[in-house]
Amino acid sequence: MIAYIIRRTLYAIPILVGINLITFALFFLVNTPDDMARMQLGVKRVTPEAIEKWKAERGYDKPLLWNAQAAGARKLGDTIFFDKSVKLFAFDFGRAEDNRDIANEIRTRMGPSLALAVPVFLVGIAVNITFALGMAFFRATYLDLWGVILCVAMMSISSLFYIIGGQYLISKLWHLVPISGYEGGVEAMKFLVLPVLIGVIGGIGAGSRWYRTLFLEEMGKDYVRTARAKGLAESTVMFRHVLQNALIPILTGVVVVIPLLFMGSLITESFFGIPGLGSYTLDAIQAQDFAVVRAMVFIGSVLYIVGLLLTDISYTLVDPRVRLN
Amino acid sequence: MRPILLLALLAAGCADVWNDPYPASDRGRNILYSAFTERPKHLDPVQSYTEDEARFTQQVYEPPLQYHYLKRPYELAPLTALEVPKAVAVQGGKYTVYTIRIRRGIRYQPHPAFVPENHALAPERIARLDTPYALPLGTRELTADDYIYQIKRLASPRLHSPILGLMSEYLVGLGEFAERLRKFDTRRQDWLDLRKHLLEGVEKVDDYTYRVRLKGRYPQFVYWLAMPFFAPVPWEAERFFHQAGMAEKNFTLDWWPVGTGAYMLTENNPNARMVLERNPNFRGEAYPAEGEPGDAAAGLLADAGKTMPFIDRVVYSREKESIPYWNKFLQGYYDSSAIPSDTFDQAVRVAVGGEVGLTPEMEIKDIKLRTSPDITILYLGVNWLDDVVGGDAARARKLRQAIAIAVDWEEFISIFLNGRGKVAHDPLAPGIFGQRIDEEGINPQTHVWRDGRAVRRPIEDAQRLLAEAGYPNGRDAKTGAPLVLYLDTVGRGPGDKPRFDWWRRQFAKIAVQLEIRDTDWNRFQEKIRKGSQQLYILGWNADYPDPENFMFLLHGPQSRVKSQGENTSNWINAEFDALFERMKNIPNSPERQKIIDRMVALYRRDAPWVGGFHPVSYGLTHAWMMNGKPNNMARNNLKYLRVDVDRRAELRREWNQPVVWPALLILAVLAASSIPAFASYRRRERMAAR
Repeated sequence: MIAYIIRRTLYAIPILVGINLITFALFFLVNTPDDMARMQLGVKRVTPEAIEKWKAERGYDKPLLWNAQAAGARKLGDTIFFDKSVKLFAFDFGRAEDNRDIANEIRTRMGPSLALAVPVFLVGIAVNITFALGMAFFRATYLDLWGVILCVAMMSISSLFYIIGGQYLISKLWHLVPISGYEGGVEAMKFLVLPVLIGVIGGIGAGSRWYRTLFLEEMGKDYVRTARAKGLAESTVMFRHVLQNALIPILTGVVVVIPLLFMGSLITESFFGIPGLGSYTLDAIQAQDFAVVRAMVFIGSVLYIVGLLLTDISYTLVDPRVRLN
Repeated sequence: MRPILLLALLAAGCADVWNDPYPASDRGRNILYSAFTERPKHLDPVQSYTEDEARFTQQVYEPPLQYHYLKRPYELAPLTALEVPKAVAVQGGKYTVYTIRIRRGIRYQPHPAFVPENHALAPERIARLDTPYALPLGTRELTADDYIYQIKRLASPRLHSPILGLMSEYLVGLGEFAERLRKFDTRRQDWLDLRKHLLEGVEKVDDYTYRVRLKGRYPQFVYWLAMPFFAPVPWEAERFFHQAGMAEKNFTLDWWPVGTGAYMLTENNPNARMVLERNPNFRGEAYPAEGEPGDAAAGLLADAGKTMPFIDRVVYSREKESIPYWNKFLQGYYDSSAIPSDTFDQAVRVAVGGEVGLTPEMEIKDIKLRTSPDITILYLGVNWLDDVVGGDAARARKLRQAIAIAVDWEEFISIFLNGRGKVAHDPLAPGIFGQRIDEEGINPQTHVWRDGRAVRRPIEDAQRLLAEAGYPNGRDAKTGAPLVLYLDTVGRGPGDKPRFDWWRRQFAKIAVQLEIRDTDWNRFQEKIRKGSQQLYILGWNADYPDPENFMFLLHGPQSRVKSQGENTSNWINAEFDALFERMKNIPNSPERQKIIDRMVALYRRDAPWVGGFHPVSYGLTHAWMMNGKPNNMARNNLKYLRVDVDRRAELRREWNQPVVWPALLILAVLAASSIPAFASYRRRERMAAR
């Protein structure tokens, strides 16, 4: 397995270079270093000299990808792309365009993001599996039919509706929790109840329907028929056999998401004033802060690759037939 | 179920609220709560230039002057200076000298930079710090050297001061000083001690007096002395923050201001919260005893003579979305708020006669409405370099005048701003010297005075002008081709469609086709820079309340295309430019008024801007917040404000009692709906195989 992990890690390097190149190309397709300078320096009394100085200080005065003026390897090395990309692989993210240390920001903001994402993830899985098992248990009944209709309806509603509706009902009308804000420590609980509740409810539609499909597929297999023929109770068949065997496809979707929990939620964090990495990324996009955008895309890619690797490893744990080689 | 119900009922019976976003330890304390939407980029007074930043910097940093809090028109008053300095011409007017005398005994806020031992901290110790205030704190007296140090910082090659270019034109030796520093500063890892470098135009007279020498005359310089660019910065602060490991912790002067003001920034988390606390070393300042007529009746002089500040702590929370911001204001968790466009009707009602008032929902809560015209202009500009609409030819001028009549700004303000604006008849903002009002102030090219108010000229006048311009019925008289004009604007999303439709309708009134080129801010700026726009929308927020700060937007030598200046229309009129040079150098007087009148007349005739408007700010405050008066020039307003903490606590409790029964009902319905499922499950389990 170790050889497999090493091989997959090595495969990740060209993937990360490619992602970095695409991010770079997309960003500079719509922004020039001049645009970035103007965005940071403001709109009033910005002189061409100030723009040149800003670019020179941050290394944006070089060619983007190819330096025709340079000699030898420096044609590639003395460029914005090379300068900004190499350090990423050492996880040196440098400074944001407003001069704040990106690594420090990420460390600070990771906590609030996880405080929101982990409960949503865990409670969400539990609720979705419960709903899905219920619908599968009562398959082909009115409960199943209305359950599916409810799921489709909930899937069709925008997450913004859940957020605004939840804030309106629970915070504004009923005054049960604060509308927005965040505090560290135990105080965080009162701010997280509502976004977690909304996150879980917002995910029920899609999650439950998917799990229901997995469970129904398992329930049609021979081993389930055999289990029933042996006289096992339906609940035993469902919880001991179907649930366990449905874990492999569930893991496919679930484990890959775990590392990405660090990245936070763009919309939820913004609406609830949670100072996590999601709102950090959104701020950076709006401020055309390439340093932060690049760092967040890179971290996201690394985490996604880690997630895929963990998924593969988890297969071997839940299914002894699977071997990584 | 029973324990949950009991718990809920118990909680509901408590007098306390559940939705208070602030820690319990804050209750009953003399704290003001506010919010910010955009995170500040710079808090260093040499770089900071936006309102989002000024709300923090101007509480901490104290330039020599400030604007009088209550008087209108805006009036300069001493802050740390003993008086507003007078300009003294020397060498036959070749130079102007300002001598600034500061008060004795002003002390800096407590800060670790004033403890010499803190200038040599081990990086490991810095790495363990959560805030610079965890270190031993010290202070010292403010001296003239600190003001001189800051003026030198304008030229620092390590900083980006937006006014370096402008000040280099006036302040003797500043440009050369910047160049010398640039050549000297080759080792960025070392601290750049500006005390060792001499700036010719700034001279220390004694510990409490310094002198600034300008080239020629620049009467507007005193206004700059009321801005943080000229606030004092102690060298110790730069030295302290320059230590290795500080920047990695985001401990920089750009994020942790050090000043003598009424407040000090003690918590700096621009992602969530910024906290200002009363500076214990603040000397105290008396609340003004004079204001404009009506201030006494409004209760704004009730605290006259009392020592400021009144509030101990100010908590700014980050609110990126307007809905939570607004709802928290209504719940009493913010003491003041702007009115978001989508909730305007909920807050304000406009009577048939145009009188503005609050809705019953706001009046029940005893919320107060304050309106104030912004010192701002938003305008529809014309590119003077454009072949169709630009230039001095009569044909183009008449076309511009026709457009100026056709674009109904009154309607725009009514539809898109809920009436929160005032049509601009000239380039000057309301309250600025030189602006005429009422009948004298209307633009005769676009309006007539009728029944005591300005009425837009009929569209037939615009059609006639268009025909005279060679476009009868919107078609070129020679070729018969329809006239198509292009408007460059910065789009904000799908919500812009009604606005764009409105613009097209304005031009359609004179049978002109309008193509809207919706673009992003960067592309828009690029077009303006290159002069490739035809019509465009832009605005200007004044730096100081002087006509020069608006008229320079139309000054020929400051053309954007030719000199990268602020004249984005690239309008050049020799007479206007000559008048501008005269006007900017003389004090407010009948002579200056006469010059401005002529400049306005030229502007109206040539129409480089085909109309515009001045926004009016509407702000709401709760009844427990006292002494609030909008001041568009000064942001150091926190020291004047007072909060009735007991009243706020009482009303918060009244407005935010938890309503538990709907949540219990939902739980009960969910529980009840699971009963048939459970029964069915039990039945299935007991059922024999079929």
